[in-house]
Amino acid sequence: MHIQVNTDKCQGHNRCFALAPELFDVDELGFAHEIGDGTVPAGLVDKARLAVANCPEFAIQITE
Amino acid sequence: MTETAHRPRDPVVAPVMNWETDFDHAHASYNANVHEIWDDLRDHCPVAHSARYGGVWLPVRHADVSAIAYDTDHFSSEVVVVSNAPRTADVQSFAPIGGAPPITSDPPFHHDARRVLLPAFSPKVIEQWEPEVRRLCRELLDKVGDEPIFDAAVAYAQHIPVNVIARMIGLPVEDSDYFRETVHLVLEAVGAEFTERKAGFEKLDEYIRHHVEDHIANPKDDLIGFLLNAKIFDQPLSPAHVSGTIILLLVAGIDTTWSAIGSSLWHLAGNQDDRQRLVDEPSLMATAIEEFLRAYAPVTMGRVVIKDTEIGGCPVKKFDAVLLSFPAANRDPQVFDRADEVLIDREVNRHAAFGLGIHRCLGSNLARLELRVAVEEFLARFPDFELADPSAVTWSLGQVRGPRKLPVRILHRA
Repeated sequence: MHIQVNTDKCQGHNRCFALAPELFDVDELGFAHEIGDGTVPAGLVDKARLAVANCPEFAIQITE
Repeated sequence: MTETAHRPRDPVVAPVMNWETDFDHAHASYNANVHEIWDDLRDHCPVAHSARYGGVWLPVRHADVSAIAYDTDHFSSEVVVVSNAPRTADVQSFAPIGGAPPITSDPPFHHDARRVLLPAFSPKVIEQWEPEVRRLCRELLDKVGDEPIFDAAVAYAQHIPVNVIARMIGLPVEDSDYFRETVHLVLEAVGAEFTERKAGFEKLDEYIRHHVEDHIANPKDDLIGFLLNAKIFDQPLSPAHVSGTIILLLVAGIDTTWSAIGSSLWHLAGNQDDRQRLVDEPSLMATAIEEFLRAYAPVTMGRVVIKDTEIGGCPVKKFDAVLLSFPAANRDPQVFDRADEVLIDREVNRHAAFGLGIHRCLGSNLARLELRVAVEEFLARFPDFELADPSAVTWSLGQVRGPRKLPVRILHRA
């Protein structure tokens, strides 16, 4: 599984970073990005789905 | 220096007989009954209209609220507070800057005016305030002492955000009463004649100018100092931009979070199961806070139509105002399961309490921090409490909704 933040859509709500700091980080402006290449380790799949489902801007893409 | 505000006479608001065709967001019965009003509108008239305030629309469906938030071509942020202030081309140059940038700015200027401020409100900068917010909450609770009954809005909630934002901006905390009067002037007294409110706005401008000049003479490491050093397009911000932004931070940073804290405590006071669950399972706090933000979102924004268009099939005209009710969107059953219930363990909660699109609340990280710490500390001190007199609870007027009187009876002290 892979996750990717669409930086055109992200408005810095910070929901993904709060829910899954193992998978997302925020820059100095507060915009989110995936950590590394966005590969989701098996143990974090549920957290990744939760982050996607809570993004108000629908800014996180998930590919299985 | 302790300031007093010019307070306009509270307007006599005509009673509302029909919320579909004659609503008034600043009528006392609106915020007090707003969930029932929205539910009824959603079923019968999802885009309500009123001729008050020069003509204003109220869409309550999530789909319509969301569409407007993303449509900056037809809806300008020049009018974020829907009031009796005149709204014609002569007095309002729609965009790009507006009176309180960046909340009143439209693209393309908005992007840079917002970018200047973002670093000061990023998650990692804001989280450093947590010990200070916690200390402040504990100090306020210490002052409550052993009182069996006290007003949780007046003695607690209202002091937290104003204290933090005044220090962040670089304004004297002792002027808190004046700041709350200012919030009343800007956000609650929207039905007063504009000429009556004008004196208050002029006084506010003068107050801010005095502090900006003081910062120029004595540079300080706070947000006023930060704005004075900031540049957009390689130019320092204009004095009007600096003072407009300070007014924005002050007004937006006070009663919004005060309202969110108050509404959350109001919910807990009336729901013993949730209170007990949060005491027993503190790990639920994160989902509980998001659920309080969804169900009791305090802030409705304003927009003004700048090109004729439609909202959910209703034609709207240039200069019409729109109440962009993110709180109503948050209760739309088309988007949220059991939308009218408060589920403190709701895991999937794509709420729009902080708005959608380019104007996402700049202070959302600070608001969340203050709300969470305020609830945590209150519950830690008072694990059990109830409304002392439900009929004594009063709600704010206008676009920011929260309890202004909230007498609680303490049932158990930690």
